[in-house]
Amino acid sequence: MQFLSPATWAEALAVKADLPDATPIAGGTDVMVELNFRRHRPPALLDLTRVPGLASWSLEGGRIRVGAGLPYSRIMDELGGRLPGLAMASRTVGSPQIRNRGTLGGNLGSASPAGDGHPPLLAGGAEVELASVRGVRTVPVAEFFTGPKRSVMAVDELIAAVLVAPAEGPEQFAKVGTRNAMVIAVGSFALALHPSRQAVGTGVGSAGPTPLRAPEAEEFAAAHLPWESRAALDPETARRFGELVSAAASPIDDVRGSAAYRRHALAVLARRTLTWAWSELCG
Amino acid sequence: MSVLDEGGAIAAADVDAAGGVGESPPRPDGRLKVTGEFAFSSDLWADDMVWGATLRSPHPRARLVSVDVGPALAVPGVLAVLTHEDVPGSRRYGLEHVDQPVLAFDEVRYQGEPVAVVAADHPEVAARAASLIRVGYEVLPPLVDPEAAVLPDSARVHADRPNLLRHVPIRKGDPEAAAEVVVSGVYDVGMQDQAFLGPESGLAIPAEDGGVDLYVATQWLHVDQLQVSASLGLPPEKVRFTLAGVGGAFGGREDLSMQIHACLLALRTGRPVKMVYGREESFFGHVHRHPARMWYEHGADKNGRLVYVKARILLDGGAYASSSGAVATNAATLGIGPYNVPNVVMDSKVVYTNNPPCGAMRGFGAVQACFGYESQMDKLAEAVGIGPVEIRVRNAMEEGDRMPTGQVVEGPTPVAELLRLVEGKSPAPAKPDFLPGGTANTTRGEGVVRGVGYGIGIKNVGFSGGLDDFSTARVRLELIGGRPSVLVRTAAAEVGQGLVTVLAQIARTELGVAQVTIAPADTGIGSAGSTSASRQTYMTGGATKAACEAVREKLLARLDGPGLRLVGERVLDAGGEAVASLVELLADGAVEATVEWRHRPTSPLDPETGQGDAHVQYAFAAHRATVDVDVELGLVRVVEIVTAQDVGKAINPKAVEGQIHGGTAQGLGLALLEEIQVRDGLVRNPSFTDYLLPTIMDMPPMRLDVLELAAPHSPYGLRGVGEPPNISSVPAIVAAIRAATGIALTRVPVRPEHLTVERP
Repeated sequence: MQFLSPATWAEALAVKADLPDATPIAGGTDVMVELNFRRHRPPALLDLTRVPGLASWSLEGGRIRVGAGLPYSRIMDELGGRLPGLAMASRTVGSPQIRNRGTLGGNLGSASPAGDGHPPLLAGGAEVELASVRGVRTVPVAEFFTGPKRSVMAVDELIAAVLVAPAEGPEQFAKVGTRNAMVIAVGSFALALHPSRQAVGTGVGSAGPTPLRAPEAEEFAAAHLPWESRAALDPETARRFGELVSAAASPIDDVRGSAAYRRHALAVLARRTLTWAWSELCG
Repeated sequence: MSVLDEGGAIAAADVDAAGGVGESPPRPDGRLKVTGEFAFSSDLWADDMVWGATLRSPHPRARLVSVDVGPALAVPGVLAVLTHEDVPGSRRYGLEHVDQPVLAFDEVRYQGEPVAVVAADHPEVAARAASLIRVGYEVLPPLVDPEAAVLPDSARVHADRPNLLRHVPIRKGDPEAAAEVVVSGVYDVGMQDQAFLGPESGLAIPAEDGGVDLYVATQWLHVDQLQVSASLGLPPEKVRFTLAGVGGAFGGREDLSMQIHACLLALRTGRPVKMVYGREESFFGHVHRHPARMWYEHGADKNGRLVYVKARILLDGGAYASSSGAVATNAATLGIGPYNVPNVVMDSKVVYTNNPPCGAMRGFGAVQACFGYESQMDKLAEAVGIGPVEIRVRNAMEEGDRMPTGQVVEGPTPVAELLRLVEGKSPAPAKPDFLPGGTANTTRGEGVVRGVGYGIGIKNVGFSGGLDDFSTARVRLELIGGRPSVLVRTAAAEVGQGLVTVLAQIARTELGVAQVTIAPADTGIGSAGSTSASRQTYMTGGATKAACEAVREKLLARLDGPGLRLVGERVLDAGGEAVASLVELLADGAVEATVEWRHRPTSPLDPETGQGDAHVQYAFAAHRATVDVDVELGLVRVVEIVTAQDVGKAINPKAVEGQIHGGTAQGLGLALLEEIQVRDGLVRNPSFTDYLLPTIMDMPPMRLDVLELAAPHSPYGLRGVGEPPNISSVPAIVAAIRAATGIALTRVPVRPEHLTVERP
């Protein structure tokens, strides 16, 4: 196995173009597990940790550009105010050691339906910036995932960054797992309120072949939340929102939990998080 | 006239060497383990060593049609590929029945059964070569349902023996007894794994005499030696074992794993062979806790006093026997709990299936039964209309009572006292440090309900049923650099529990010498028995104490006088005058004694009535668990655990606390998280990603009461400590969840589904 460690982004893209089977590696928290379990034996590893700037974030045209190599611990520490939903999700990733190593770009690259970073990106309407020697393109996160551990990425592409607008309203993230820490999501839910547009964003994890949105739930909430009056949330609205989120999911039975439990838990999480977010918005 | 006879065992040892019995000196391996410097068996190294790898069956049951090792042998770097044809001695091994193939022949009986082993110059090469071995399997339908397997007309797992491995009946009193209040239930326990953190590993080094030296992490060097030498076709003395650094055991190292394989490869290649299982392989490399289904019926008078218990326990032994018979016996003899019951009908059975083999794990049959009988006691309390502690106290066994086996319970039997202690503790903090769901932001208090539950358990200590249970210790007292020094040598396995610390404490107390060295454990001395059954402090501690006493006697015989005592590093005469110093006495040379020490004999159970004085000693612990349950999401946070345990004498109080914390955590794991999920004979979660162990966020703060009520017959009056905490924590936690939710939970681990969408 080759270990390639490019010193620049251009060099990294050139390597990926030459060796499309090379597996990019940053924190290694997913890739090394795959290697150790012998599930995957790539001909080459493409180490991105030496590429300058990948592990940083910046403001760019009103949006935040989160470098693919930014670890969860820095998202928590540095972006908790601007991207609270993503920061909350980051806090639930693995252990402190994993959060120091694991990156948002790696989460997208693995494209697991259970990736904790995905639901808040869906709820926040983020875009993924993909780069290759052919150029740069951006893909809405909602269109990024094509199946379990599959995405729209071409074989010569690398994830450069995620582009997402800073939160303009309350955001929430909650996940259920069997253990109180260090657990892969059995189901997760992210919510973003966009008061200026009177819109609601959602993201659902571990409850379908890909992370997914719940469009009917979003439309229902947008239409039924008392945006103008800022009145207290009708419990019936929250309950119905939960039902619609649950209905959007297409979970399976697996070793971590049953489909029925996942649907049930999503309804509860969606109801609770909407309640919390609305009461935060209304002060 | 020995000192022992005059002063009594403890008085004669009346010296002030710091770090003796009852203190908590630091463990010699503690700092090394915390800083990552301790050498575990997986860290062993020899300059010219090669690596072993194992090819395992992907099928739970298949006829082995052909094995073609050619493609593996052709891989550059491969030195040897061995199958069952290369086993020179016994092709099978086993603790109770010699039924488990060293390498499969004719048939594979569980997923993960070893078929061939490879030695190569690199671990990756060995693993790749193993994967290239072409095995012809004729896949057969696996027998995976214990209830079907136990039927007389069932297909057989082993053609040459029935599926019923052991049936232990116990009959006490009137089998037809009737009662006013009757409660019954069926309870299930899932397959727990020992999940020791140091996977199976060792280094086999071929010796010039044609034998082999094996450095390995195990629980009982001598029983390994006997089995390995039998399969190698060598006399035991040519198969020498030395204990390597052990990263936990919990029963999972009682059976052989890589021992024979590594020795076979070393003898074939003439090179040192190292084998290290990865985590996934480890799940297939050792036995697990028996899954159980248990039918209980309890009859009581209207005040809740038990009239009878009828119980059937069915344990899934998996493909090979391991220690299944003893586990079934424990489940039977301890299966109604620490209660006084006049009439008992108990039938405990264990069967072969094509599921993963099950054997020893901390608690050893008592864990499963305790979940059953304690669930029943709560049910009975409700039926009678009294509290959970009250029902237990009313039925609590006392000193002099008889077990269902007819055995009299001797010495302090503080069942009621332990229950009252945990009941009497102030409630857990009303505001917990965090809510169910932990860091995952699932609730701000919505749906959270608190519950409190109780459990008490009973465990035997030491080997039972007439087994000749002994340990061997050699103690040498000599001057080193002009200072008295003690060397203690045994074959007892330190598996992390702290035995080496305890043995040094005993030697300091008995000989009054501060400088004590514990020699590495190996087969160069007689057996110490297994580090199992909460027995090593009792047994090897007892042997060490006896050897120290023998040394003391020999030493004092060097002076000719009546009533001599060793105090500090001086010999006093009957009048308390110093007549010699220890240094002077030792100037004549070292004093050494080797002692083979036994506990009182036990007897086997009557095969039809289950009557007999089978156990050496009983130990008791009680737990009170307080839980918060998010009843909408089915998530549980154990808020606090209170426990009380009688340890007879805390030889090392800090180590006792460690055992109680660790055992309780392992019980919490079984109650809430830990299960090897098996479907159609296939393990679905062989990794720590999906086999969930409790984290620091799951294990709550504990409050401990450690009683020291001296037990008769044992060294210093101690009782075994390691297993009881693992037993009663399980039902206490489940009872607390029942109290919070009102759901009649009948299975552990309790999953979120059981509290929500799959409510019975």
